[in-house]
Amino acid sequence: MTFFRPSFRHPDLPPNESGYYLKDYEGGISTLCAGCGHDSTNAAIIQACFELSIPPHKIAKISGIGCSSKSPAYLLGKAHGFNSVHGRMPSIVTGANMANRDLLYLGISGDGDTASIGMGQFAHAVRRNLNMVYIMMNNGCYGLTKGQYSATADKGSVGKKGDPNLLESIDLCEIAIQLGAGFVGRSFSGDKRQLVPMLKAAMSHTGMAFIDVISPCVTFNNTPGSTKSYHWVREHSEATNTFDYVPFKQEITTDYEDGVTESVVLHDSSVIHLHKTDSSIHVTDRRQAVDALEEHKKKGLILTGVLYIDPDSEDTHHILNTSQQPLNTLGEKDLCPGNEALQSINESCR
Amino acid sequence: MKNIECTNDFVIRFANVNGSGSASANNLFAKAVFRMGVPVSPKNIFPSNIQGLPTWYEVRINEQGYLGRHGDVDMVVAMNGQTMKKDYDGLLPGGYFLYDSSRKLSEQYGRDDVALIGIPLTQLCNDAFENPKMRGLLKNIIYVGALAFLLDMELEVLTSSVEKQYRKKSKLIPPNLKALQLGYDYARENYRGVCKLAISRRDKVGDAIIIDGNAATGLGALYAGATVVGWYPITPSTSVIESFGRYADRFRRETETGQLKAAIVQAEDELAALGIVIGASWNGARAFTATSGPGVSLMSEFLGLAYFAEIPAVLVNVQRTGPSTGMPTRTQQGDILSCGYASHGDTKQVLLFPCNPKECFDMTADAFDLAERLQTPVIVMSDLDLGMNDHMSPPLGWDDSRIYDRGKVFDKDQLEELGDSWGRYLDVDGDGIGYRTYPGTHPTKGAYFTRGTSHDEYSKYTEESGAYEQNMQRLLQKWETARELVPASEITVNDETAAVGMLYYGTSTDAALEAVDQLKEQGIVINTLRIKAFPFQHDVKKFIRQHDLVYVVEQNRDGQMKTLLINDFGIQPDKLASVLHYDGLPITARIISSAICAVITNKGGKA
Repeated sequence: MTFFRPSFRHPDLPPNESGYYLKDYEGGISTLCAGCGHDSTNAAIIQACFELSIPPHKIAKISGIGCSSKSPAYLLGKAHGFNSVHGRMPSIVTGANMANRDLLYLGISGDGDTASIGMGQFAHAVRRNLNMVYIMMNNGCYGLTKGQYSATADKGSVGKKGDPNLLESIDLCEIAIQLGAGFVGRSFSGDKRQLVPMLKAAMSHTGMAFIDVISPCVTFNNTPGSTKSYHWVREHSEATNTFDYVPFKQEITTDYEDGVTESVVLHDSSVIHLHKTDSSIHVTDRRQAVDALEEHKKKGLILTGVLYIDPDSEDTHHILNTSQQPLNTLGEKDLCPGNEALQSINESCR
Repeated sequence: MKNIECTNDFVIRFANVNGSGSASANNLFAKAVFRMGVPVSPKNIFPSNIQGLPTWYEVRINEQGYLGRHGDVDMVVAMNGQTMKKDYDGLLPGGYFLYDSSRKLSEQYGRDDVALIGIPLTQLCNDAFENPKMRGLLKNIIYVGALAFLLDMELEVLTSSVEKQYRKKSKLIPPNLKALQLGYDYARENYRGVCKLAISRRDKVGDAIIIDGNAATGLGALYAGATVVGWYPITPSTSVIESFGRYADRFRRETETGQLKAAIVQAEDELAALGIVIGASWNGARAFTATSGPGVSLMSEFLGLAYFAEIPAVLVNVQRTGPSTGMPTRTQQGDILSCGYASHGDTKQVLLFPCNPKECFDMTADAFDLAERLQTPVIVMSDLDLGMNDHMSPPLGWDDSRIYDRGKVFDKDQLEELGDSWGRYLDVDGDGIGYRTYPGTHPTKGAYFTRGTSHDEYSKYTEESGAYEQNMQRLLQKWETARELVPASEITVNDETAAVGMLYYGTSTDAALEAVDQLKEQGIVINTLRIKAFPFQHDVKKFIRQHDLVYVVEQNRDGQMKTLLINDFGIQPDKLASVLHYDGLPITARIISSAICAVITNKGGKA
């Protein structure tokens, strides 16, 4: 929560490969509470886009309604943004993506926006394996309306108002895996070392890349009894893996012990090297991924890391067999069959 | 009792069981009438059911070209035991009752003013055809053959129609021709001279086509260059999307790749369907959806967003009988207010009212130009009667020199020249419409933040009262611009001095025009105006001012268009009188003329 951002940047800060500086990826001043997890997540998004050298104007950032959905205003100022209506970000992204398959679509949402009012749209955007990065900032509560529990709040978790949450929580990562998302990860806004490469890998993936970022609400849900507080998450998270994201331009080398590292090649030939504690776990195995989430939940732990990848997943355009040309670039000549064809249609109606 | 004697002016009602394959036989009959040059208007009155419930197909034959529903029935083809008695009772005195005489008719059918025409359809069919599945279908063709004789039709028109209909399944031609002949011969041998109804060749259809409104609507969207479709199945709008898909498959496949120059996304619900349209339009593609009243209720949220954030969207509302789920397979003009003012807060949506398939085509195509020019949703207000029934219509046409009006959009070069002064919602032209940009256009210029929250001219969030009011006022300015751009009303002045006028729109048109002629026969001359769009053009206001009393004909209970007129123009409510019809069936001329006649006669005055 700063109302002023100094414009001074260190003169020696290097540009990225596309010639953009980090400031080119920044946005407006955040109006979120001081210490809000979302601000850290936004910083990670900015860092990931910068490091991947994506031209900022080739990104579209789209959100629903809520604290997290305000985020697009605070990052990527040179990209078009769309703060739509509550729970409806996935359908807006679907339409935008159908219109122009060549942009990177960042969908930014929260746990209320996704797990309650937007549950239907979330589920079906995942089912159609829409090519987007779906970032769900998860704080277990509704911040803008002062702290009511959301559907991702764990049963028994206690927020600022003092009464425990009585309802079962929804694990959106599990659901995303079940519904066919090609890339599913969970991270923590306080763990930039994990979050930034995860975002980069997600951006390289073609198809639905869903990331659940646990992002504590300092005002309403950072209490001792909350399972979405900074303290709780730090104490109870366990990473399924650590990983390096290697953009496809770099030479791929690996120093890790055989059987402990798993390499997954993404659509754009980028590679993720996963360094695992358990060599029997395969990140491309759907069932193992769900099992691992459930087992950790049983132990009261939060499993983070890249949970599941299907490197061969096919996105909506592939499924619908749409033209490679962005549809929004087509004009009369491509689209209108002309009067002669119409006259033959008339004739068939006589 | 003498039976009805008439050529080219009567109604036949086919009473069938849903799912029994009667539709293609009945269609064949209607098409044959049309091909004999006689105007015809078939209306399918069907249940919300796939198989088993009663369905009717009402064919009005009228050489004067009156195409609205008539209301009376001169002849019944009774193929449904469930409704047989009711169908029989509903016949006009002197009417004809064609039934399957394989079973004896009970004593209940004892009217002495009805001519019974028994054709042993089941028996004829079973004797002639082996395949039990085909029997059911061919039974329908046999009655068409019988009708051909009874109505003195040209059998060769029917036989060539059969050949045309089954040219892709030529194996079906011989049994169908045989069935036709069977019915024809049986009627000739047993009912010569019984039926005094006749269809006689005329040259009254000109270059007209027969097509359903939804097919024309889908085609209009295709011609207008729609590339993204978000939709959710709902009767009676589904066939709009099917039509678009069918023609896209035919005209939009890339020859080398087989890939489609369109994305048709079946969404999870109507909310998402319109979200997809808005996302695509925001990103520079032409996009549309089709739905019906229940869908509009769900889409209202997004309609408000598109109105306030100023994003083009084309929505086709094929209205059905409400409220709630209502009668899903019956017609109504019941969504005028829910569409005109769709969404919370101060919103107004542009509506277009097509009255025939050609207008479905034209107005759908125009809706894309209007939506992009005005940067707002445009709703094409069709209905079940127009959308799902075949209608005689002027032929469709396309001007090959037509350029899509994509509205005010800056491209990369224009942005380059622009400097830093651009504001997304800045009204530089005084028409209330700003300039927009598509994502990805320029590396450093033209990016903005689209939002449904209050925003200033530079699309920055604001809670300043002044900025909010200014924005809302500009949207009103844009509404006035829309008033100039929407299609003009159709005005018919029959008498410069007439004190009474009539407003009508959409599928009330055929009945309204016929009613004017009926009134004229009774010495009542009125002037008419067909509303084609909301916002209403100024000529609507002028028309109302020029008459002492103006009837507003519409197919809903509450006089929704009347309310809209009073609201939009501040008209004295007592200047407008409603003529309403809302039972789910299309309005008839008689309903309109008798309502107007009754009022005028009561007043003892002249129109």
